[in-house]
Amino acid sequence: MAKEVSPGVKALRKVVEDVYADARKAKAEGKLVGWSSSKFPCELAEAFDLNVMYPENQAAGIAANRDGEIMCQAAEDLGFDNDICGYARISLAYAAGKRAARKIDWDKEDGYVINPRTGKPLKDADGNIVMGPDGKPVKDPKTQTPYIVLEDIYEIEALPEGREKERRRESIQPYRQMRMPQPDFVLCCNNICNCMTKWYENIARMCNIPLIMIDVPYNNTMDPNPENVKYIRAQFDNAIKQLEELTGKKFDEAKFEHACKQANRTAQNWLKVCNYLQYKPAPLSGFDLFNHMADVVTARGKKEAADAFDLLAVDLEKNIKEGTSTLPFPEQYRVMFEGIPCWPKLPNLFKPLKANGINVTAVVYAPAFGFVYNNMDEMVSAYCKAPNSVSIEKGVEWREGICRENKVDGVLVHYNRSCKPWSGYMAEMQRRFTADLGIPCAGFDGDQADPRNFNEAQYETRVQGLVEAMQIRKEMAE
Amino acid sequence: MSLEARFQEFKAAAYAPKKLLNEYKAAGKKVIGVLPYYAPEELVYAAGMVPMGIWGSNNKTIARAKEYCATFYCTIAQLALEMMLDGTMDQLDGVITPTICDTLRPMSQNFRVSMAKLQKMPTIFLAHPQYRRPAFGLQFTVDQYTNVRNELDKIAGHKMTDEDIRAAIKVYNKFRQARREFVKLAGEHPEAVSAVNRSAVLKAGYFMEKPAYTEKLNELNAELAALPASNWNGVKIVTSGIICDNPVLLKIFDDNNVAIATDDVAHESRTIRVDADEEGDPMMALAKQFANEDYDVLLYDEASNQNRRGEFVANLVKESGAKGLVLFMQQFCDPEEMEYPYLKKALDGAGIPHIKLGIDQQMRDFGQAATAIQAFADVLSM
Ligand code: SF4
Ligand code: SF4
Repeated sequence: MAKEVSPGVKALRKVVEDVYADARKAKAEGKLVGWSSSKFPCELAEAFDLNVMYPENQAAGIAANRDGEIMCQAAEDLGFDNDICGYARISLAYAAGKRAARKIDWDKEDGYVINPRTGKPLKDADGNIVMGPDGKPVKDPKTQTPYIVLEDIYEIEALPEGREKERRRESIQPYRQMRMPQPDFVLCCNNICNCMTKWYENIARMCNIPLIMIDVPYNNTMDPNPENVKYIRAQFDNAIKQLEELTGKKFDEAKFEHACKQANRTAQNWLKVCNYLQYKPAPLSGFDLFNHMADVVTARGKKEAADAFDLLAVDLEKNIKEGTSTLPFPEQYRVMFEGIPCWPKLPNLFKPLKANGINVTAVVYAPAFGFVYNNMDEMVSAYCKAPNSVSIEKGVEWREGICRENKVDGVLVHYNRSCKPWSGYMAEMQRRFTADLGIPCAGFDGDQADPRNFNEAQYETRVQGLVEAMQIRKEMAE
Repeated sequence: MSLEARFQEFKAAAYAPKKLLNEYKAAGKKVIGVLPYYAPEELVYAAGMVPMGIWGSNNKTIARAKEYCATFYCTIAQLALEMMLDGTMDQLDGVITPTICDTLRPMSQNFRVSMAKLQKMPTIFLAHPQYRRPAFGLQFTVDQYTNVRNELDKIAGHKMTDEDIRAAIKVYNKFRQARREFVKLAGEHPEAVSAVNRSAVLKAGYFMEKPAYTEKLNELNAELAALPASNWNGVKIVTSGIICDNPVLLKIFDDNNVAIATDDVAHESRTIRVDADEEGDPMMALAKQFANEDYDVLLYDEASNQNRRGEFVANLVKESGAKGLVLFMQQFCDPEEMEYPYLKKALDGAGIPHIKLGIDQQMRDFGQAATAIQAFADVLSM
């Protein structure tokens, strides 16, 4: 399948790349770079022109690049238990200076030691796989990659200047998430989980840097209570004061308003894009949204992100007119995917879906990032509504809303070992989906970042079970 | 009364909460279950009802709770739900569900939903702020506690007054004072207070009515204080973690001559370090009491770039005269797990040896723990 990248997707990719590149540049120029939790009110940092990186997005990227395991293991070696959220483990290892690096071939002037197990089979001119003398397929050397080992930037920095230092520095995996600058401050908002609080405290301790915290208590009602709004509103003022101290600048009202305007546009455009999944068949694969989440996380308050989603909407409009889709197979079933995907196993997640013609036409991240507001109090309320900070009734309402609008035939629930707040009431939610919507649900065990917690055979069986249930339901409807 | 007879009384309460619950009900009292952590129990008392702490169980197996929970949640939360589902706690008139960790957040929903479905009892939701000390944080705590107060009033069928709360605060300050004193005396007199008995005395405080408990404990304390100086020749340690109340596990300490000098355990000393003001606005007094809590894995530390908690625990060990620390790590408890590396750092920095014992409440075989404790005792007595 030749992959043609549409202008919208290209623009979205560039936005994220630029966010990382700008931060690297800022760091090199001696400017402050912060790390922030994904649902911290970015509008505040934007008002101070701060460069901010997002460890959750970074951890997802590291996991998708298959370095989740080595980083998780590094955190475990630092004493962090393997029960802790995989994002937190990856991020804490990174904050401690650990890096996934290519194994240097010290016998040579340059280059790395190739892992013989990597790579794709070599094909001859006729497209046949070339077999070696041992009867096994020969690997195409162009596709082979080095062994991955653990590096430590603080160890490297302690070396005397010279070739060894240079080579070790260069050996660090070259993708952007493994080259993210170390933080000068951290911004933590625990609306998604309380694990965040201690995770960021640990980073602040490791790096001896200030932590700016916004505490969003868990909500038991459909909408945040006025007391909660008041409490959080006061913290915004507090955070602004801390940011003024940190930067030595005054809070810039105009910049703040600009950021709010852009953040609203991004949220609206994100929702618009997500809503294309309502079309049947959909003009896109729901898995695309998982990739585009990077933009809402890292660049919500930026004009470029809002613009890029606009462009993507144009692409999707075109797909509808032309009757095409980014889904590489005909859509037979439509499901909601509940939870964060298992990033290291995306292809494995996709495989049985493809085999059964299943498109993911609803993801909880659609409403989860749709922070739309008109004033400061509404902004506070918006930030109270993160996936893991709302009551079960609110959570069910969100999900059933998108299930109806996006016309799903079933729900696939990821029991995510990493995410206790998310998975903690899924069993009851599943029962409600089935009772309220009459659709089958299937759950599987996995982990968003640690590949050791995903069982592919179980996943395939559960998908198969879901397909059978959806099939029966379809036949009964006919 | 002999010391042993006194311990027996506490044990009877500690090991049979259900029996006590039935007795309270038979006497026409209303009883409120209180889940961990930091619920303002004073309000339950002020409402004229009996609070009973629910911290899981050492004798149950998760069965019904599986309908609500995936496997990767601590047994404390799962077994608490189990007891609410399997009838053990059916006689309760209500339950307070705090939400200070990522397990308790969704569990608060499971409690509420399941109790409503089975028409068992009302649940009272409680969210604590992580900003405990600034004015806006104190106000939020007051707001939350006011919700709890109103819900308790509904269950009690009458409104508690500020005076009732002030009286409750006095009762609880005395209760905490007696417990602190007991912890100190138990640490000084391991020859008289075994680890098993120490735990039973502290655990009984969650189930017995507070004034009666405090009175009995003061009597015990007086006897302990009158003992001649201890001639104990074993090793002393400090315990740390969420809970370690399993008598089978604690007996291993006794068998190996390992005594608990003091503790940094949530179920024990972490909740009795701070008293509330007896004068002034009692709701604010309770909020301030929470604000003054500190050095806890569950609480945000505004001075987060320092290692205050780790150093606090290391100091506790030093000041108590203990030689090492035993950390009881509840499986799947990420607040404890997240703070372990920095606790270790502080202990290592202070030259304090420690071991980490992975435990959960469904554990029945303590062979591995016994080996580790024995080996640790050997190291410490060298
Ligand atoms: S919300 Fe879940 S996945 Fe995200 S950081 Fe918290 S525990 Fe981890
Ligand atoms: S603090 Fe730990 S042991 Fe306590 S309920 Fe939360 S996860 Fe469970």
